[in-house]
Amino acid sequence: MIKLEQLTWKVSGRTILEDVTVAIPGNTYAVLMGSTGCGKTTLLEILCGLRQPTSGRVLLDGVDVTDLEPRERGIGYVPQDLALFPGLRVREQIGFAPKLRGMAPEELNQRVNRLAEQFGIAHLLNRLPDMLSGGEKQRVALARALAAQPKLLLLDEPLSALDESMRAEAVALLQRVQQEHALTVLHVTHSSSEAAALGTLHLRMMAGRLEVESKG
Amino acid sequence: MPLNRSNLCWLALALITAGYLLFWALLLGATATYSTPDSWLQVLRSPEIRHATLLSLVTCSLAAGFALLLAVPVGYLMTRLDFRGKSWLDAALDIPIILPPLVVGLCLLIFFQTKIGMVIEMAIPFTYQVSGVVLAQFVVAAAFAIRTMRGTFQHLSARPEDVALTLGCTRFQALWHVALPAARRGMVAAFCIAWARSLGEFGPILVFAGATRMKTEVLPTTVWLELSVGNLEAAVAVSLFMVLLAVLVLVAVRATGEKV
Repeated sequence: MIKLEQLTWKVSGRTILEDVTVAIPGNTYAVLMGSTGCGKTTLLEILCGLRQPTSGRVLLDGVDVTDLEPRERGIGYVPQDLALFPGLRVREQIGFAPKLRGMAPEELNQRVNRLAEQFGIAHLLNRLPDMLSGGEKQRVALARALAAQPKLLLLDEPLSALDESMRAEAVALLQRVQQEHALTVLHVTHSSSEAAALGTLHLRMMAGRLEVESKG
Repeated sequence: MPLNRSNLCWLALALITAGYLLFWALLLGATATYSTPDSWLQVLRSPEIRHATLLSLVTCSLAAGFALLLAVPVGYLMTRLDFRGKSWLDAALDIPIILPPLVVGLCLLIFFQTKIGMVIEMAIPFTYQVSGVVLAQFVVAAAFAIRTMRGTFQHLSARPEDVALTLGCTRFQALWHVALPAARRGMVAAFCIAWARSLGEFGPILVFAGATRMKTEVLPTTVWLELSVGNLEAAVAVSLFMVLLAVLVLVAVRATGEKV
């Protein structure tokens, strides 16, 4: 479960997030909507520890993680631009987190291959990011995040770069991934149809405040 | 193409550019035709100039290597971290670029007369030594390498490093595993620029390391020594050799895709 308690973020005297309080139960697919520049990405960055809130607390499964470093939180993050590592092949991208944790090469290979199969990118393992399409990059970014076995997955407009024909396929993939990995997902989107198809909890951010719109 | 006002403007700008390039072509052409290739080779074969060439190549490579080792962490810090007084520090890092070269040499000379300097000299002698040549080249070349690395990191998105942090990296690991591999072209460019700067360094070396033949004489010192005894042919031969090296460095930097 994610719990945000009176989270506030101010920069240069301007309040971006104000008193954000919400609880997202475990194994929930939450979608967050709101106008451009309303603080959605900032909220995700505070959640995964890339920014420190001005005040307030972030709790994961009841543990206060507000002062923990990003690597200590067990949160997977897929930013809007996907941020694949330049110069690393798909195999190295997916194996990045397990290798960092000292996983044995054989086990590492098994995990990479299993995720590559699951995401339909097994034939791309030796490619560099520049040689991938938008949809392929999105799958690699998701597989890379899941290879670290996070409890919570934060997705910042992950489907915005995909065309209409690929979107339905990507929505189905995200649903399948959330269920198979029993994840709590917080997905930022501008698309109402995407939110309706995926979300079991609908959140809206307006003028730095977060409101629960509906529970599916 | 009809000569309208817009085209006339482009034509005028092209003429200014062509005029500037022509001026440089005339300068280099005049220098190149001052003596013959045979006399160049004869000059370049002399033991003093061979020693100066070898010393230049070695000291420039060492100075550029040290400059790169400094430029990567400083460039990364100045790009990725926001802190109070950053603009002042930014300006301070450019001081070696704007200081008159002789002043840099004088500062080095005076520093090594202080107590701290003398303690350092007891461990590694610098003043009027080959190590002094490397240090004099390093202090100026490092500023250029830092500027290049800062530009490189500015052009690289910080997002992949952020993602690496969430995947389990410490900040140092994110730099090592993600930022540095992405910045390798910039590192090559920074090394080349520092190397080229070191090759042309003269004032600080003359003041701090001296111009002793077969000891601390590097190629710019050779040009000065030959000019001071009226041997213009030798000065021209060494100058043309330095132009050739500079062009090779420029080609190498352009090949990395980085802008100088």
